[in-house]
Amino acid sequence: MKKVYKLENLDCAVCAEKMKRAIEKIDGVESCDVSFLMQKLTIVADEAKMDEILKKAEKACKKVEPDCKILY
Amino acid sequence: MTSRQKKKLIRILISAVLLIALVVLGNRLPDFWYVKAILFFIPYIIIGWDILWKAVRGLFSAQFLDENFLMSIASVGAFIIGEYPEAVAVMLFYQVGTLFEEYAVGRSRKSIAALMDIRPDFAYLERDGEIQEVDPDEVAIGDIIVIRAGEKIPLDGIIIEGETTVDTSALTGESLPRDLVAGDAVVSGTVNLSGRLRVRVTQVFGESTVSKILDLVENASAKKAKTENFISKFARFYTPIVVISALVLAIVPSLITGEWSVWVYRALSFLVTSCPCALVISVPLSFFGGIGAASKKGILVKGGNYMEALSRLETVVFDKTGTLTKGTFRVTAVYPAKDTEKETLLEYAALAESNTHHPIGKSIEEAYAKPIDESRIASVTELAGKGISAVIDGKRVLIGGEKLMRDEKIDHIPVSDIGTAVYVALDGKFLGSLVISDEEKADAKEAISSLRALGVRKTVMLTGDNEAVGKAVATALGLDEVYAGLLPADKVEKVEQLLAEKSEKAVLAFVGDGINDAPVLSRADLGIAMGAMGSDAAVEASDIVLMDDKPSKIASAVHIAKRTMRIVYSNIIFAIAVKILVLLLVAVGLVGMWAAVFADVGVSVLAILNAMRVLKDA
Repeated sequence: MKKVYKLENLDCAVCAEKMKRAIEKIDGVESCDVSFLMQKLTIVADEAKMDEILKKAEKACKKVEPDCKILY
Repeated sequence: MTSRQKKKLIRILISAVLLIALVVLGNRLPDFWYVKAILFFIPYIIIGWDILWKAVRGLFSAQFLDENFLMSIASVGAFIIGEYPEAVAVMLFYQVGTLFEEYAVGRSRKSIAALMDIRPDFAYLERDGEIQEVDPDEVAIGDIIVIRAGEKIPLDGIIIEGETTVDTSALTGESLPRDLVAGDAVVSGTVNLSGRLRVRVTQVFGESTVSKILDLVENASAKKAKTENFISKFARFYTPIVVISALVLAIVPSLITGEWSVWVYRALSFLVTSCPCALVISVPLSFFGGIGAASKKGILVKGGNYMEALSRLETVVFDKTGTLTKGTFRVTAVYPAKDTEKETLLEYAALAESNTHHPIGKSIEEAYAKPIDESRIASVTELAGKGISAVIDGKRVLIGGEKLMRDEKIDHIPVSDIGTAVYVALDGKFLGSLVISDEEKADAKEAISSLRALGVRKTVMLTGDNEAVGKAVATALGLDEVYAGLLPADKVEKVEQLLAEKSEKAVLAFVGDGINDAPVLSRADLGIAMGAMGSDAAVEASDIVLMDDKPSKIASAVHIAKRTMRIVYSNIIFAIAVKILVLLLVAVGLVGMWAAVFADVGVSVLAILNAMRVLKDA
């Protein structure tokens, strides 16, 4: 299942790249894209695990850029 | 400017004023290092607290090679070796740079979003005789919506009442409005210019044309160009390399010369230069801008990778019918026999063909352009593969190809024109002939010549028509090669052969109308489908979609792609060159930390501004 979320306060392009790599490593994630330009997070993952993945993804993003929020 | 940006601006101003005051007062300040340190610490912490805080937090999460960390290390280092104004200035300059950067990116994002501003916000739904304003998402298939003059058409549908002209420019880039009446289909994303319409919805919002286009363009940034991937890889290796070099620069010369503060300072400046931001932001931004500029012209490019391929286009293979020609047939010549009026010839031909649904029959009826009196037609028999035999006004009319005339032993004058020749005989006597041909599109010739001017080496036409027709069209339009008499399967084979002939790096595009040529579209390096407004199949199968059916749009697309790539490369070269230059100058001590900060954020801002040139005249 593909889900798209809006990101808030994503201020750095290098961070977006780091977030992408961190989220891709989360168990159950097939693919992921963090678009600095669109300020969007796209995750393709197993629907059953989505909630859990999202929590982990949020943690991963916070680690890279503390102010960044996933809106959902 | 957002409120966050405004706050930052205020901090910049306060800290800048304090810094200037301290520097001006410089000599009059008490000459104790700790007094100076404390005084300069005030503007430093005002401007830099968030950076320092982020750097500290980064330390604990193993993200310690980011920009915040580098700036903190550099400025704290400057503080420690007693370069107080320098430390404040670095932070200040960095914040000014990031503010500019954020602002420029925000602006670019907005102007690109404006290019794609086709999303309708509401629909007026007719429910139990009342009209309600609803979200387009809530409208179901079969619902009736009302669209007033000046409004965006929110969903795909069919007009059941009213007539209007619509502006399709948001989708096609075509400024000429289209007239529509009841029974015609309306496409979401276009604008209803004049009349009030009642429309029966045929597609839910998620499946409508406008959603599909938005989805496609927004997801285009996920399909990255090779250059983009190169940049993200480069960024991953570049920073650690610079950091290691900085360490070496700080330690090795210091051990030899003993001048620790000089070399540590240089190493710190070295670090500041290390952020690859200019590239990481500006390269995707250029591609994104290019895709936005193209979509404004009705050209949907499905990804940065296709943009890149488009710029290296060398061979373009066109399908003929519907791509270079209109795919509509027209009577292009009428040759009445001796003693026969042109009108009489057309009249009998039109009457005999009036019940066929063949495009040729239709074109004859159109050329006749008078009402058909059905009562004059007694009978019509189709002669498979040869033509038609009809009884009109009690007389026997034969109409068909040359074979029919020969079989019926009718003395006729053969036609040598290009196209489909139709012969007509009345009661065994030759009446004359008509030539029917497909018309070339008005901009087809220009499309070929502008592609050639843009560096396309070979243009090829594939057609199912016979050799004579194919050759004639190809010559008229100035194509290099033509392959006629092809079945759909032969087209795939031909494209494969052409793919094998070209060099590895060159790109071959196939251009078709997307209806019967999905396999060819996907086989070519680049599949370009045209006339795709409202056609799902074409959008699915192709890499680039032309919303209208103008072949000249391919040249526009190549033009945009080339400009995009030029800007991408100029940014890469500019950013890397400035960084290397500054790294060298810093290493030998010719420039200080100021130049290093410029090489970081200054270059980013310039690269972003340069990237925005992609949108020029879009």
